[in-house]
Amino acid sequence: MITTTKGNMDEALLDKREGQFEDDNESTAWVEYWDGDEMVHRSVHVHLKKPMISTSEIGGFS
Amino acid sequence: MSNTQAMCTSFKGEILSGIHALGTTVIRAGTGADTLKAALYLASATINAATTAYTVSGEVSGAGYSAGGVTVTNATDPTTSGTTGYWTPSASLTYTTVTLTTAFDCVLIYNSTQSNKAISAHTFGSQTVTAGTFTLTMPVSDATNALIRIA
Repeated sequence: MITTTKGNMDEALLDKREGQFEDDNESTAWVEYWDGDEMVHRSVHVHLKKPMISTSEIGGFS
Repeated sequence: MSNTQAMCTSFKGEILSGIHALGTTVIRAGTGADTLKAALYLASATINAATTAYTVSGEVSGAGYSAGGVTVTNATDPTTSGTTGYWTPSASLTYTTVTLTTAFDCVLIYNSTQSNKAISAHTFGSQTVTAGTFTLTMPVSDATNALIRIA
C-alpha cells in the first residue's frame, strides 16, 4: 500500500514510473504512481553532493 | 623552525561551535547546540547569499508541510581535519507525506534558536511531490565533502 491523493492504494493496481538524474551537484531519483492518466503519488530523493565552502583568508601587516 | 601566517584550524571548527564572539552583540540563548531547521523554497523565490534569516516569502506550502520546515538532526559536533573545519547534519532531511505541487528547488538551513538566522542555502533540480515523501540526503561528513566547510 502507498499513500496517494486518493488515500492508501495497492501499488499493484497502479502504473509505476521511475526516473533519475545526476550531475556534479546532486543525485536525484523519483518514483511516480499513476492511476490511468492521473498521477496520484510522487516521491523524490535528492542526495546533495556539492558542499558549501567558505575559504578563509587573513591579512598581513603592511 | 619558522613561523607561518595562517588562520588556525581550531578556530575554523570553533566558529562552527560558537566558541568565539568577536563582536559585542552576541547573545547566546544557551550553552547547548542550537536547534536548526530546514525550509523548502519555490523555484521562483530569491534565497541566496544575501538571505539573512528564514522567511515565509517564497516558502513552499501544501498538504503535510508545516511552515518553517523540519528540524535538522544535529547529533555530531563540528570538527576539523587537515586545515578544514566542517559540519554536516547527521541525518537526512525528510518531508513525509506532503503534496507540493508548485516547483521548488532550494532548502534553507537556519538557526531557529538564534532568531531564525540563515546558515546556508542549497539548490537542486526543480521538483514537485504528490502525496509522497521528499528526502534530502547529506554528503559524507569529512573535510572534502561535508555540507558546510570552512577551508
